[in-house]
Amino acid sequence: MDAPGTRADSFQDLILRLHQFWGRQGCVILQPYDMEVGAGTFHPATTLRSLGRRAWRAAYVQPSRRPSDGRYGENPNRLQHYYQYQVIIKPSPEDAQALLLDSYRAIGLDPLLHDFRFVEDDWESPTLGAWGLGWEVWCDGMEVGQFTYFQQVGGIPVAVPSFEMTYGLERLAMYVQGVENVFDLDFNGAGVRYGDVFLRAEREYSAHNFEHADTAMLARHFADAERECASLLRERLALPAYDQCIKASHLFNLLDARGVISVAERASYIARVRALAKGCCEAWLAGEETPAHATALKD
Amino acid sequence: MPELLLELFSEEIPARMQARAAEDLARSIAAALGPLAPADMQSFYGPRRIAIACSVRAGVEASRSSERGPRRNAPEQALAGFLRKHGAAREQLREEGDFWVLDKLIPGTDAADLIARQMPDVLRRFPWPKSMRWGGTSSFAWVRPLRRIVCLLDGAVVPFDLRDGDDDGHGLAAGDLTEGHRFLAPGAFAVRSAAHWLEELRARFVLADPAERRAMIEAGLHGQSGASGMTLVEDAGLLDEVAGLVEWPVVMLGRIDAAYMDLPPEVMQVSMRVNQRYFALRDADGEVAPWFAFVANIEARDGGAAIVAGNERVLRARFADARHFWDLDRAQTLESRVPALDSVVFEARLGSQGDRVRRLMQVAGIIAGEVGADADHAERAARLAKADLVTGMVGEFPELQGVMGRYYALHDGEDAPVADAVRDHYAPKGPADSVPAAPISIAVALADKIDMLAAFFAIGEKPSGSGDPFALRRAALGVIRIIRERGLRLNLGPLIADHLFRNRWGSVGPEICDFIVERLRVQMRAEGARHDVLAAVAGFAAPAYDLALLLARTDAVAAMLQTDDGANLLAGYRRAANILRIEERRDGPHDGPIATALLEQPEESRLAFKLDLIEPDVAQLIAEENFPGAMEFLASLRHALDAFFDAVTVNDARPEMRRNRLRLLARVRAAMHLAADFSKIEG
Repeated sequence: MDAPGTRADSFQDLILRLHQFWGRQGCVILQPYDMEVGAGTFHPATTLRSLGRRAWRAAYVQPSRRPSDGRYGENPNRLQHYYQYQVIIKPSPEDAQALLLDSYRAIGLDPLLHDFRFVEDDWESPTLGAWGLGWEVWCDGMEVGQFTYFQQVGGIPVAVPSFEMTYGLERLAMYVQGVENVFDLDFNGAGVRYGDVFLRAEREYSAHNFEHADTAMLARHFADAERECASLLRERLALPAYDQCIKASHLFNLLDARGVISVAERASYIARVRALAKGCCEAWLAGEETPAHATALKD
Repeated sequence: MPELLLELFSEEIPARMQARAAEDLARSIAAALGPLAPADMQSFYGPRRIAIACSVRAGVEASRSSERGPRRNAPEQALAGFLRKHGAAREQLREEGDFWVLDKLIPGTDAADLIARQMPDVLRRFPWPKSMRWGGTSSFAWVRPLRRIVCLLDGAVVPFDLRDGDDDGHGLAAGDLTEGHRFLAPGAFAVRSAAHWLEELRARFVLADPAERRAMIEAGLHGQSGASGMTLVEDAGLLDEVAGLVEWPVVMLGRIDAAYMDLPPEVMQVSMRVNQRYFALRDADGEVAPWFAFVANIEARDGGAAIVAGNERVLRARFADARHFWDLDRAQTLESRVPALDSVVFEARLGSQGDRVRRLMQVAGIIAGEVGADADHAERAARLAKADLVTGMVGEFPELQGVMGRYYALHDGEDAPVADAVRDHYAPKGPADSVPAAPISIAVALADKIDMLAAFFAIGEKPSGSGDPFALRRAALGVIRIIRERGLRLNLGPLIADHLFRNRWGSVGPEICDFIVERLRVQMRAEGARHDVLAAVAGFAAPAYDLALLLARTDAVAAMLQTDDGANLLAGYRRAANILRIEERRDGPHDGPIATALLEQPEESRLAFKLDLIEPDVAQLIAEENFPGAMEFLASLRHALDAFFDAVTVNDARPEMRRNRLRLLARVRAAMHLAADFSKIEG
């Protein structure tokens, strides 16, 4: 296999190497957004910053919650809480593909020993009103990342297309470490396994997501978040409004996991979140274009 | 003639779009370079490039043409408009008769100029199904970022670029540089000609010719599996797709973990195909082999050991998922899943899958009685037919619907014919799929399609033009194929009418039945059969719409038309119908009774006598469904009719004679129409 000593042999080493790599590419290394989201794309550093003309480079780890994917810690490949590594570069650089492949080299996957492929995958987020074109990145038949050129966000065609890269960190680490059960991942290279950190959480949150979450309360909170978002948008407070949009989206995911949303309702919930996202994106963009803000940002 | 090479080198093009894109490129180049008469067009495509090579004329000679302008006495504006249109001045005009004439000189162009002028537009207007923008400086869009353009005319770069005002066109300009394999031969190199391009790409681990890649993969798959005593499960669609995913195909075999070999073969194959693009293999006995074949895009330093290990590992995870669904799904019976169908929407206006299943049970029970199937079994199969839609496996792999239902039904201890019908009620799924043979399967398969047709026609969703979102044409064709290939006698008319009535769906029955007959006609045309004869007898389909009967009549009429008597009779019929059309336009229908006393010539009497003789027999034989017999009687009219036309003048000067003879012809037409509307026969 690959030359010894070059592989990221722990979960945290993988993250540190990616931070180092993308930091060198001029990315702002951000911390996770402090709210429950379904994917790294929801972080305002991606959703909102992908709009407008200003250049932007950022990378961060984002804990992602997918309530319906919980398996009580019994499935070796599925988690209701996992980590995405997210990179956004605007405008998309000429050498995006080459950079990405270098990032895989940096964690110890050599493209001369492995079979790297870019397989068509059109990305779409109905709740964010966003879509882009790109690929799944395959390594030896396994998806090790998702590569997207953003075309539209919040229902708005982007002024400048961004390059977005999302790595599923657990899956990637499992491949790099040669482990077949996520809970066996070496977390820190010093005896702590992924399961030691997260197995109990997977069990308890699965029970919460599927059995105990109070659906009437969730539905109420959804309506609250929706109302609050709308009233903040009237004040043109794009970022706080967007927090409420994120909240609504997660509440919808919880309701969905509890199986209380019918097919027809599902479409209407998605449309409601999308309307919030659209409002937030428009408000953000309007704020970017006000003269005061533009001057303040001049460098 | 000079050789043109154009290569568009980009980031990875979706496999499914490549072939079409190469065709579109060839077509748009041929159109844009029309004056250069491009010939010997060759297309190439692969994951990172589409290209064409062709020969073109060296240039276009200068030529003259004369344009006639307005009349000399035309208003001034007309003349000004003419001059503006041609960018000419008044002094250039000359007079010719009453008109102004402009002699134009069309200057010659050399090929490079014309190509350089045309190419930017060809690229800007390229018909990608979906294209994208990238970077920050240009709105030029391509399927994925376009990185290089090679455009050579006999080895010399044809200079053009994609700039457009402030838009820098991503800085893209035609040149002679391209790239080989991303990993095995990184970096750019210069190209001199199409042959050089192909050869240098090959040296840099890229096969640009898709046919060669495909053939190489196919040979590799057969070779590798054959060497281990296995055979490949052929999959042309997958082969095409894989050929679009690699530039340098390297076929490899991987092992399937023994722990997963008890999964149903269909599950293994679909999981491998859909998720991984792997090929399934069979051992010498035709059983599922514990191996799979796949195609890598690289010759790895370690001989592919890491790649094989990686792919085997991925497949273990995939099969672990499948095993999870397989075990979980079998923990619950299909029967216990039926209520859950009430909360699965079939179509917003048509209710749930549960509603659909109740309808299927009813109509399947009725059809069972008609096709000699056990009605209880058919209803049972219909009840379970859709239950696998709410299983985990079908949720994951929708293409396994029916297949999983059968496995789960057998696991639940349902009777084998019921389980088979659960699987086969979707058949035939396409022209290549076979139709069910077992009576219970036939009943449920017909029920499924008849309910589809009835339901969607009832809400006004009949197919139009190319739009058929609910695949109703396929449903109709399914009904037709089952009936034809299984030789069924079925009165579709009442069957469909009753189904509509039970569901309060209005009276679209005849519309549905005519739709089915029309699909039958289209199908027959595709088969090269006498679809015009079907059209001629289609009027007799209602109200029973027994397709077998309709086809028997069609066959008999077609057979008669093949005979000498039949062909002559048709000619006589047409002559009669023509005369009648003309005369009836003048004085209305001539359908009245014939006056025997006015039949003065023997040929008239004989024709009338012959008609009296055969008409009741023809009608009787048709009622008895003895169409060949009826046609024989009808064909015997031929000589009497020929003789009539030879000897008798229809448009006699005596009005009562003329009328009587026209009535005689009208009776010939009516007798013929007992069998078919011969006016619809072509040829």
